[in-house]
Amino acid sequence: MLSKKELLDMQFIDARARLIDLAAFLDRLERHEGADDIRLRYFREALPILQENRPDRAKAVLEKFSDHTTELSETAPFQGASGAPIS
Amino acid sequence: MSYIEPHAHMVSRTTDDYERLAIAGCEALCEPAFWAGFDRSSADGFYDYFRQLTEYEPKRAARYGIKHFCWLCINPKEADDPGFAREVMALIPEFIGRDNVLGIGEIGLNKNTRSELKIFEEHVQIALDYDLPVLIHTPHLEDKLKGTKLILDSLATFSKLDRSKVIIDHVEEHTVAHVLDAGYWAGMTLYPESKCTPNRAIDILEVYSSENIWMNSACDWGVSDPMAVPKCALEMKRRKHTPEMIRKVTYDNPAKFLSQSPRFKL
Repeated sequence: MLSKKELLDMQFIDARARLIDLAAFLDRLERHEGADDIRLRYFREALPILQENRPDRAKAVLEKFSDHTTELSETAPFQGASGAPIS
Repeated sequence: MSYIEPHAHMVSRTTDDYERLAIAGCEALCEPAFWAGFDRSSADGFYDYFRQLTEYEPKRAARYGIKHFCWLCINPKEADDPGFAREVMALIPEFIGRDNVLGIGEIGLNKNTRSELKIFEEHVQIALDYDLPVLIHTPHLEDKLKGTKLILDSLATFSKLDRSKVIIDHVEEHTVAHVLDAGYWAGMTLYPESKCTPNRAIDILEVYSSENIWMNSACDWGVSDPMAVPKCALEMKRRKHTPEMIRKVTYDNPAKFLSQSPRFKL
């Protein structure tokens, strides 16, 4: 296993770039006309998870974006997925 | 390095990709039956697809020294019409005995509908009837956790199912423990935008398990990378995983699972 310093040396710049890209994404959305939708609500709710002191943040973010209902659908509303439960 | 690509949709890829895979060390690849990017209009479309998987692709792969194997089914995206799905499933016995057919897959759920689940269970029964392994697709994005739980609940009702002959694919951090703890194999798909990145797949190996798990590119007609497995192997090397560990997850583990089909020979 790499040491923490070795991992930072290897991945910090990439992670930094991804974080700035997220910030820019939110800035970009703010500049554009129109209402937020539920996907953005889930997105904003997921952001604080990054600051939590826990070992499974990726899992928690994935669970935030998951459909937690249990019943089967009668038909498929569409074939793809939107990334957040929209209904 | 030599490695096995256990999940690739080569009908959607060019011959150049076979060459790149061969140069990277791909010794064998396995192609589950899946969606073509559009709904086929008749069962005849699947008849031709099954011929492509069992006749044409093995020859195309062989030109680059790669052994080609496949799995048969109607995929969950086209399984929401049970009548149509059963027409396609009726074709399976004609192809199931062909030399490169490993088992039934990739079956599963897409939008977690009642009909999808019914057709999934009928496929599992076919696999049991022929005593073949099963490769299972789990849904995308927001539907994955629910679909994985539904699949596990359904599989638990098959008392004669040997869980070591079932692999549940496309696991991520929120589903991998559900799958492994229940005694099934797990597959991680390396995609640029969805599913796992190489670094996240390596995290899963470090945090959860390197037993009963494989990684694949699932390259198809969409945003995907046929070279994802060797790229992930390189990332494992950069993160100081041993050559033995890299070999285990890219070659030994898939060979162990796939060898449960009598037709899988390297």
